[in-house]
Amino acid sequence: MVGIVSYGTYIPAYRIKAEEIARIWGENAESIKSGLGVYEKAVADIDEDTATISVEASREALKRCGIPSEEIKAVFVGSESHPYAVKPTATIVAEAIGANRFCYAADLEFACKAGTAGMQICVAMVKAGMIKYGLAVGADTSQSSPGDALEYSAASGGAAFIIGENETIAEVKDTLSFTTDTPDFWRREGMPYPSHGGRFTGEPAYFRHVYTAAKEIMKRNNLSPEDFSYAVFHMPNGKFPTRVARMLGFSSEQIEQGLVVRRIGNTYSGSSLLGFSAVLDVAKPGERILLTSFGSGAGSDAFIFEVTENIESYPREPKVWEKIERARYIDYGLYAKLRKKIRMV
Amino acid sequence: MLPRFWRKIKYRYRLVGSYCENCGEYYHPPRNLCPKCRRKGSIKEVPLGSEGTILSYTVVHDAPDDFKLQKPYVVGLVKLDCGAVVTAQICCKPEEVEIGKRVRAVFRKYSEEGEDGIIYYGTKFELI
Amino acid sequence: MRRVAVVGIGQSRFGELWEKSFRDIVIEAGVEALEDANISGEEIEAIYVGNMSGGRYLAQEHIGALIADYSGLAELGIPSVRVEAADASGGVAFREAYLAVASGLYDVAIAAGAEKVTDVGAELAIDIMSSSADREWEYFVGATLPALYALIARVHMKEFGTKEEDMALVSVKNHKNAVKNPKAQFRREISVDDVLRSPYIAEPIKVLDSAPISDGAAVVILASDEIAKKLTDTPVYVSAVTQASDYLSLQSRKDLASFKAVKMAAKKAYKLAKIEAKDVDVAEMHDSFTIAEIIAYEDLGFCEKGEGAKMIREGETEVGGRIPVNVSGGLKACGHATGATGVRQIVDLVRILRDGIVDAETGLALNLGGTGATAVVSILRR
Repeated sequence: MVGIVSYGTYIPAYRIKAEEIARIWGENAESIKSGLGVYEKAVADIDEDTATISVEASREALKRCGIPSEEIKAVFVGSESHPYAVKPTATIVAEAIGANRFCYAADLEFACKAGTAGMQICVAMVKAGMIKYGLAVGADTSQSSPGDALEYSAASGGAAFIIGENETIAEVKDTLSFTTDTPDFWRREGMPYPSHGGRFTGEPAYFRHVYTAAKEIMKRNNLSPEDFSYAVFHMPNGKFPTRVARMLGFSSEQIEQGLVVRRIGNTYSGSSLLGFSAVLDVAKPGERILLTSFGSGAGSDAFIFEVTENIESYPREPKVWEKIERARYIDYGLYAKLRKKIRMV
Repeated sequence: MLPRFWRKIKYRYRLVGSYCENCGEYYHPPRNLCPKCRRKGSIKEVPLGSEGTILSYTVVHDAPDDFKLQKPYVVGLVKLDCGAVVTAQICCKPEEVEIGKRVRAVFRKYSEEGEDGIIYYGTKFELI
Repeated sequence: MRRVAVVGIGQSRFGELWEKSFRDIVIEAGVEALEDANISGEEIEAIYVGNMSGGRYLAQEHIGALIADYSGLAELGIPSVRVEAADASGGVAFREAYLAVASGLYDVAIAAGAEKVTDVGAELAIDIMSSSADREWEYFVGATLPALYALIARVHMKEFGTKEEDMALVSVKNHKNAVKNPKAQFRREISVDDVLRSPYIAEPIKVLDSAPISDGAAVVILASDEIAKKLTDTPVYVSAVTQASDYLSLQSRKDLASFKAVKMAAKKAYKLAKIEAKDVDVAEMHDSFTIAEIIAYEDLGFCEKGEGAKMIREGETEVGGRIPVNVSGGLKACGHATGATGVRQIVDLVRILRDGIVDAETGLALNLGGTGATAVVSILRR
């Protein structure tokens, strides 16, 4: 059965704390931390971008499973911060990992869910017999306008998944998407920072899509929250995923392992996938995992995974939470330089 | 510069180089001719591995325009375990670098041809 | 091969020559050399001109023809060749002119060197200097020329205990010597403290460890022994001019604390001149960065490997020491007009030997290209 053969993650070492951002804008860090549920976020170095994050995560995935890189015949990179507006990130990743030159490749963009969309495409291509192994990456170095509420959460990081039929560590039991045209968050061509609909990003956008997709996939598989060991939802902040989990009937124990947002922020296309990776880091054979992403605009991709025996012998070090611990704290001055908020003319 | 960068992109992104089957020496960047064996040599393309040791380093303060935002940055000579030596940036704080420290290859951005130009990616090293 | 002598020398001032063009400084040096040799110009049969990067500094190629033209030699139709070997261009031009006369092809030839750098900004000048190393695999990663010399310095420091203070002493000595050189760019003394407190360019190399990139031109007139004897009572003879190459990039070299090309060129030069290192009385060296002078002491055989720092510390290369080095002020204080430097070294060596600036019979000049991928060693005797 088609599933995940391997996975890899990348979280930049730099972090900035909510206190440091609040200090610059004269805001109350404590109320932001409790209101947003984000304490600090991962910041890409000056020489890190979506392409480098994607390559590093993909290389880790390849190294862990030992598949020769030429056997990868599909590469999809999902991001809303591709380094080029026109010119794919996927070709950079394919070249850097040494993927087969006869390779399906494309960049995907669907706000924060382009990574899971890539996984769905790989699942379909493997099922169709078009490829043996496909690589799906979700990575971002998300931007936020200085002083905006997003500045506390918009972070950098990513995860990569090799999808195939042999030696899977987790099988994809089912996947579906729920899609509507809901403009809750967007960035117009040529604009440096995204805009959002404020509180409109909540009910009609995040909650409606995540809830509906998760509810529907459980319903059509005759499963209920108790049937899952873990659930992972997209994490734009610390509040939304905990609230939607409660709405669906999941306990806080089921979501805690994947709740990486408090410590690294919202890594956009990488967000739910990094949470899912953190869960895979500890998952045991037979355990069932619900993953539901969310992309503004808007849509949710839901997946049901079942962990296989192969995970026992699969190397999972270093784990996502270990990478989260490897943090180097920076001040707002360095942050502004790294995120190119200083204009070099 | 674009075709010049593109032509060797494989060797910039990955540590792939040359191996001379006659003398057993490894080279990066790849060579068409073994400098030890010349016509007697037999050059083959091989992966060079991703770990090595710092032979020398410097912290660059006076940076060219393309590297201004990165300064101060660390440049080093890294001897890969196969014996080939590469010149590359080392991703660490200036005070952390030392001759003899072990490093591992990472994929990073080097520079770009201005805001509207292409981006040059390549291999850097991080301390193990 | 027949005996060859230097019969005339000329040099523009080195430095930021805002009011003078490339053509102006070449002609200034050329006329001075003609006057020095006491010839009018028709005697010249060929010109070899060292120029590193006219194409990038001035967007002017075809430097050979340009110089023949503005020297007023276009009427005579003599061949004029531009020679390029980064900042060893001047040394290589001198070698080509020497070989042409020594072979008997010409009786009188000119070796010139010229560079005009201040028509572009400092940023571009650094970029151009860095094209003397491996552009694709060194500069691409941000390894500028000073950064590459810093990599060399770091290895020398680690292997032999050379200190930043030792490198500073080279700079201090060369600045002191330049005070007496009217053509030098920096005619003022500096202290070890000044050097140590100057900002790092690429650790451990500091601003005051580095030669400036300067405007300047130098001209040497070479003649066969027969002609030389007619022209002057004080010819300075060329005993040897040798050149050696090494790998362009540092990463390909086995020994980073040494310049292999210098060792090889020196060995050949001593053999041709039938002398040993200890017979050298005075030397002009390529101190583009202070570490290069220290390493050159060792590679030229003036001291044992690893004892270069000791040599500068003990004052052996000061004026009055065992082998005065860079009596002119060197690249550090004379200025480094890249393509001109190799010829300027010969001009100064002839001046030192002929005019008795220090008491010496045998002089040596060492000119390097880039990080030492080209080395030219010249031995002159009065």
